[in-house]
Amino acid sequence: MAANEDLNIDRIANLARLALTPEEKVKFSAQLADVLTNIEKLKQVDVTGVEPTAHAFPVYNVWADDVAQAGLTVEDALRNAPEKRDNMIVVPKVVE
Amino acid sequence: MSTATMSSELFNKSIAELATLLEARTITSVELTQAVIGRTQAVEERIKAFNSFDTGDALAQAAASDVRRAAGQALGPLDGIPIGIKDVIAVTGQPLTASSKMLANFVSPYDATVTQKLKKAGAVIWGRLNLDEFAMGSSTENSAFHTTRNPYNLDCVPGGSSGGSAAALAAGEAIATLGSDTGGSIRQPAALCGVVGLKPTYGLVSRFGLIAFASSLDQIGPFTRTVEDAAITLQAIAGHDERDSTSFKVEIPDYRAALKTKKGPWRIGIPKEYFGEGLDPEVAAAVEKAISFYEKMGCEIKNVSLPHTEYGVGVYYIIATAECSSNLSRYDGVRYGHRSTDADNIVDLYFKSRAEGFGPEVKRRIILGTYVLSSGYYDAYYLRAQKVRTLIRQDFLNAYKEVDAIITPTTPTPAFKRGAKADPLAMYLCDVYTIGVNLAGLPGISVPCGFSSGGLPIGMQLIGQPFKEADLLAIANAYDSAHDWARRTPNL
Amino acid sequence: MKYEAVIGLEVHVQIKTHSKMFTRVAAGYGQPANTLTDPVVLALPGVLPVMNKAALDAIIKAGLLLGCDIAPVCKWDRKNYFYPDSPKNYQISQFDQPICLNGSVEIELPGAARNIQGEHKKIALTRIHLEEDVGKLNHEAFDSLVDYNRAGTPLMEIVSEPVIKSAEEAYAYLTSLRATMIYGGISDCDMEKGQLRCDANISIRPVGETKLGTKVELKNLNSISYVRDGIAHEIQRQLAVTQAGGTIVQETRDYDGQTGTSQSLRSKEMAHDYRYFPDPDLMPVKVDAAWKARIQGECPELPFVKQTRFQAEYALPYTLTSVLVWDRALAAYFEEAAKLAGPGKAQAVGNWIVNDLQRELGAAKLDLADSKVRPAHIAELVKLIDAGTLLSNAAKEVFIAMFASGEAPAAIVASKGLAAAPIDNAELEGWCREAIAANAKSVAEFKAGKESAINGLKGPIMKASKGKANPKLVDETLRRLLAEA
Repeated sequence: MAANEDLNIDRIANLARLALTPEEKVKFSAQLADVLTNIEKLKQVDVTGVEPTAHAFPVYNVWADDVAQAGLTVEDALRNAPEKRDNMIVVPKVVE
Repeated sequence: MSTATMSSELFNKSIAELATLLEARTITSVELTQAVIGRTQAVEERIKAFNSFDTGDALAQAAASDVRRAAGQALGPLDGIPIGIKDVIAVTGQPLTASSKMLANFVSPYDATVTQKLKKAGAVIWGRLNLDEFAMGSSTENSAFHTTRNPYNLDCVPGGSSGGSAAALAAGEAIATLGSDTGGSIRQPAALCGVVGLKPTYGLVSRFGLIAFASSLDQIGPFTRTVEDAAITLQAIAGHDERDSTSFKVEIPDYRAALKTKKGPWRIGIPKEYFGEGLDPEVAAAVEKAISFYEKMGCEIKNVSLPHTEYGVGVYYIIATAECSSNLSRYDGVRYGHRSTDADNIVDLYFKSRAEGFGPEVKRRIILGTYVLSSGYYDAYYLRAQKVRTLIRQDFLNAYKEVDAIITPTTPTPAFKRGAKADPLAMYLCDVYTIGVNLAGLPGISVPCGFSSGGLPIGMQLIGQPFKEADLLAIANAYDSAHDWARRTPNL
Repeated sequence: MKYEAVIGLEVHVQIKTHSKMFTRVAAGYGQPANTLTDPVVLALPGVLPVMNKAALDAIIKAGLLLGCDIAPVCKWDRKNYFYPDSPKNYQISQFDQPICLNGSVEIELPGAARNIQGEHKKIALTRIHLEEDVGKLNHEAFDSLVDYNRAGTPLMEIVSEPVIKSAEEAYAYLTSLRATMIYGGISDCDMEKGQLRCDANISIRPVGETKLGTKVELKNLNSISYVRDGIAHEIQRQLAVTQAGGTIVQETRDYDGQTGTSQSLRSKEMAHDYRYFPDPDLMPVKVDAAWKARIQGECPELPFVKQTRFQAEYALPYTLTSVLVWDRALAAYFEEAAKLAGPGKAQAVGNWIVNDLQRELGAAKLDLADSKVRPAHIAELVKLIDAGTLLSNAAKEVFIAMFASGEAPAAIVASKGLAAAPIDNAELEGWCREAIAANAKSVAEFKAGKESAINGLKGPIMKASKGKANPKLVDETLRRLLAEA
């Protein structure tokens, strides 16, 4: 039960780049606590020596040969852009 | 009391029937497409299965199909058949919204591999079908646009996340549809809407062009009126794709032919874990009757155990949310999609665009997924879930040493009322019978097997062995071809 | 108290492939904005990555050239962070199972003088992994513009152990690493084009201390000289802070090579939580012995090995090898010319290449590949000189002419009438006898074993011949006469 007690909703929302309202924070915290409590069941399972499954049917070395193919035209690439200028995407000024 | 009846309208016929009529020139694809459009215009206001459709485009495709056929160049049983597409599968020049405000205005500049394959088979690509936003949900109530209704009872949900795909088919608004299934999103709405829904083995159908929810679980599959139609549709969309690294190089048999050549009897397993607490008695009774059908046809019915079943929901919600938290990071208001007009710097732009663009269920899952992957928790949650996933997979593989397929209810209950499951955990538990199949990467099919006393469809789930869809479809077809549940239609 | 610096370098090298790391649209530099994209590069909804085989071959080659252990199995992870140059807001990278582990970069430290070989040292590597590059942000007055042409380019991250001791060592490390990558055909490593980028982690500690001090990360070191200058500057800054009684703060600093100053970008409090997890869209990579052997077969001889061989095989001085071996094409050019010229003429060949050819190519702003002077020209020129047909001033003239026209040296000699007048052997012998007779002191010294004393006799002979005597013949004649006397 230890882990979910310190679900720091602000820290997580910041990592996820999601602005939450105070109401959402309260609501989500409670709902996620419920879900996490349900998930705690997993700790009962003995997983000693069990390999994790990342892919149901793992195969190796799935690749393509290095042959360049045509991509999108600039028009198609930027067709859905919210804001563009000089064939580039405009974003608020980025200062590192 | 049953609201279901039999119908002879074109829009309610199966692909197999319509293919015969088209082949015989009894009807044209334009006539068929017009019938589907007419039906849609008549009932869509009540069903709300579509996010959008383009009648001009559909009729143009139908006309092209008729030209091909007239020239003796028909492409097969799907040529000229209107197929609806869940709005998470890319079609060039068409909207691709995932039923999210985030992508409300997005137009795809490319085709999904399944879209290309359907086009190659001559199908008429018809409409964009509603879903729970980003395929997250079990009722289609999480769509940012509107809630889709169950054609058998407009107060009930059609299931989800592919609720639009199931409802449109049940209501005669398409001849077949495509959906996607991450934890039951094809099988559960198929069961709730009284149609056939197939989730293929992970890796059989390319995911390229499917908006990702949980990449290691997602799989595209068909909704059809019969198991035979499922075989026909799967034939068109299955196969290795070099653009999907997780698609499997496996020989694709003739699925439709297998329905006739594979006759059983089969060994069918009943997992006790799927018939316990929480299972509606009417659902249990309908599935028991289906089991006796198989027994009577000479199948060996065996009890099997899937001991890690109870952990499925927990494993699923860790893996699916972790993957989704990362998959949905690209929706940031920069290159496409919703951008907040209220941001003064780039970080603010992310926070506000995502807050405004995503609905509550998506946010909840992103938060949960971000949490389980965050520093210090990875081993306790994600890694452990992946290990338990291994055990769940092994349960199935052990069972398959003794049986050819497993039979279970698809859902614990028939369709529930809209708004009935406001609590996320209660909603998550709807998927209890379907989740294991995704975690193990197996094929599963929901086949209608009765109606509740309230007139709502009931579905049973048959679970097959990896890449043995031909056997699974044959087993399902043995039941389906001897019953008419799937051919009943709602009174609308 | 005496302090020492501890430096670790993280070097990003773009791999030279036709297509991108996880999709097949063309990779490239200098194209109009957003013309090298496709749905995968832009992370449109629904797209999936597929590995580029050539990029895997290239990183295995890099690993083998640097003596790394190649992991039998490696996998892909997602590094999650939001930034507008990163289309997916996660980067596909390798976290806990990189493809290359260990290995080292051999470096040469500056020698006591330019013509003296310096000390060699091996800088240990931690790992090399493969990932994808990000797009480029162009900062304007009120906003920023994003170009995704670079996004998705295959990128290697080469991480050294914190064992580099000085700015000079860092400079030597990068020089050697860069040459190795270019030699392997892995990357062009043009820092101006961002094909090689370097971040440095720098700390200081009292000599004798084994624990590492607080490290500062230095970014934007966009030339090899800036790396050296930036590190030197940062070490001085940390020493000054420490000596003034202050403490070093863990931070990232931006070095401005133009002004030679740095400023803080961010402090440790903003540390990232990248939420790494295995990418479910990609399958793992298995490298077997056959694959490694095939790449090993494509590995070229590296500069330092070549240098040792050139010194042994061609008796070249350090001043020549230290120029020739750092450029694979130049070294190959030299070897071809030296072989054509025949035994004993390698040094002359080397001199013509390193001095005259390089100078003229530089002045004409030409690459070696564009040179009309081919190895056969150099070999022929050296043979003509050796045979006495060409004297030094005339040879220079021939070289300039053949650099411009590509004509063979013998043809130029003939058409311009540059052949040295044949010297009558009797006349030459006469001059030699006169010289021996007139320089008794040099003769005595030579006979006493002072080899160089013979040179004292040659001057008067050359003078008498008005510079047209063949030096080789003069030497032979003198020795014969001195032996007789």
